[in-house]
Amino acid sequence: MTETFLFNAESLDKVKFALSKYPEDRKQSAVMALLDIAQRQNGGWLSKSAIEHVASHLEMPYIKVYEIVTFYSMYYTTPVGKYFVQVCTTTPCWLKGSDEVVKACKETISEKQNELSNDGLFSWMEVECLGACVNAPLVQINDDFYEDLNYENTKNVLQSFIDGNPSPIGSQTGRKGSRAEEYVKS
Amino acid sequence: MLKAKDKIFTNLFGDQSYSLREARSRGDWDQTSNFIKKGSDWIIDEVKKSELRGRGGAGFPTGLKWSFMPKDANKNNYLVVNADESEPGTCKDRDMIRNEPHKLLEGCLLAGFAMNSHDCYIYIRGEYFNESIVLQKAIDEAYEAGLIGKNACNSGWDFNIYLHRGAGAYICGEETALLESLEGKKGQPRLKPPFPANKGLYGSPTTVNNVETIAVVPTILRRGGSWFSSLGKTKNTGTKVFCISGHVNTPCNIEEEMGIPLKELIEKHAGGVRGGWNNLKAIIPGGSSVPMIPKSVCDNISMDFDSLSSVKSGLGTAAVIVMDQSTDLVKAIARISRFYKHESCGQCTPCREGTGWMWRMMEKIAAGEASPGEIDRLLDVTKQVEGHTICALGDAAAWPIQGLFRHFRDEIEEQLIKKIRAA
Repeated sequence: MTETFLFNAESLDKVKFALSKYPEDRKQSAVMALLDIAQRQNGGWLSKSAIEHVASHLEMPYIKVYEIVTFYSMYYTTPVGKYFVQVCTTTPCWLKGSDEVVKACKETISEKQNELSNDGLFSWMEVECLGACVNAPLVQINDDFYEDLNYENTKNVLQSFIDGNPSPIGSQTGRKGSRAEEYVKS
Repeated sequence: MLKAKDKIFTNLFGDQSYSLREARSRGDWDQTSNFIKKGSDWIIDEVKKSELRGRGGAGFPTGLKWSFMPKDANKNNYLVVNADESEPGTCKDRDMIRNEPHKLLEGCLLAGFAMNSHDCYIYIRGEYFNESIVLQKAIDEAYEAGLIGKNACNSGWDFNIYLHRGAGAYICGEETALLESLEGKKGQPRLKPPFPANKGLYGSPTTVNNVETIAVVPTILRRGGSWFSSLGKTKNTGTKVFCISGHVNTPCNIEEEMGIPLKELIEKHAGGVRGGWNNLKAIIPGGSSVPMIPKSVCDNISMDFDSLSSVKSGLGTAAVIVMDQSTDLVKAIARISRFYKHESCGQCTPCREGTGWMWRMMEKIAAGEASPGEIDRLLDVTKQVEGHTICALGDAAAWPIQGLFRHFRDEIEEQLIKKIRAA
């Protein structure tokens, strides 16, 4: 049995703001925003009912909205972990050791991608370039980037979520943004 | 080396707040209404004088692009800012958005006014969630202060800025795919012509510019087009934010003068190549889609559009990906091939089928399971994809492979033959 999805009051405020950005006869432009709002309300993934609700809200055929859902990589049609770990493995991250980050995720979360961990807290998947390449390698956990990773500190970051006290976001080596660290020639 | 006084992005690393108050103390939103009062021709002329070329990768002259927009006051022109930064290696717009959003917003108003536009959409990649929150806050601040909205900056010009978040599709960085996505459709590129300047967003004249292109405009107007063009080299002027990643001691973003020698860029700002300059194998100088150059070319090359195209590579987004001697170059490019296979929108057959085919061949070569003759077949396929698709994604998938074999074919063949003999 699937539950019927309806936007709650908080989501409806966001929907109103999203619709206000586009000309009145161009409501379809808000479809990406509405899918995102629905996904957040629905615990990180889009059920069929949620997609149907977005479609009827925008007076779009269901199939047109479903097409959008499957075209873009940030909409999920199956449940994801409460902490959803996306590991960038594209070349700039790979050069800097993203294989080690993957290894840490396999050990802590699950051997296979897109599988819930035993405690149900996490799932992980490989993704394409996240766009923070000078802080490689990195992962995105829900909305936040954890940067300058290696095997060791990836394990620490994941453990911090298990302990219920997540590490600060950004660089895990303590550097500021994308500025070069002090380099002392040996 | 760029002098401190010529830096545009003085808060690139977020030492100060992005807020309007501190942005103003850094000189943003100063004289904005005066520039508008001087008129759109004056703005476009200054940008032409600056010789600014688009910072999104193609390097088209910005002033010229702006002059293509129809002047008809009855038309509803749009300015669209491409903040869908997704080219592997590139992360410069992210810093401008999270630390210097007011430079971007002020640039939107000035560029929008110059192109007779009252509405601007900024399309930001979905993964930049925290950056989108900062940018929305900056937009709210600008509305509250009367800098945008009705009678923006008391200039008499009405101007709205809206933020639109993407949802994870590299192809939406292509300008017509981006427009499709803004209209609430799959991001599949449009056939050109018509070009966006004639028929763009919602069928109206539209110009799409990169974040960095727009964000440097206010400073160009304040200091003069001739100041900007005095930096760098002829036809390759101004400052540029470079992203240095891969096998360097201290990877970073850095604003430098256009045309800086590649070796100087890496040694001054990124702590040098891991293990020293002689440990360098090859560099991808402009994001994943441009062909790599071997150390012998890196030794003397300058980082600008024309120098890099003269060695059959490109400045692209100025994302410098450094690979030292320990790198398995075939694997590095195979991973890029996998990226393009994943990101192909599926619209054109040569790209949809070709990117997967090229990736599988690259994996086969990486595993040492190909014969040297198969390299010819692979290169032949890259030529059949290149130039035969609606957008440049097909080219972008073909070029890295061509670059790899242009410079390292002998070495790769030798390894394949060794493997065959051993078997």
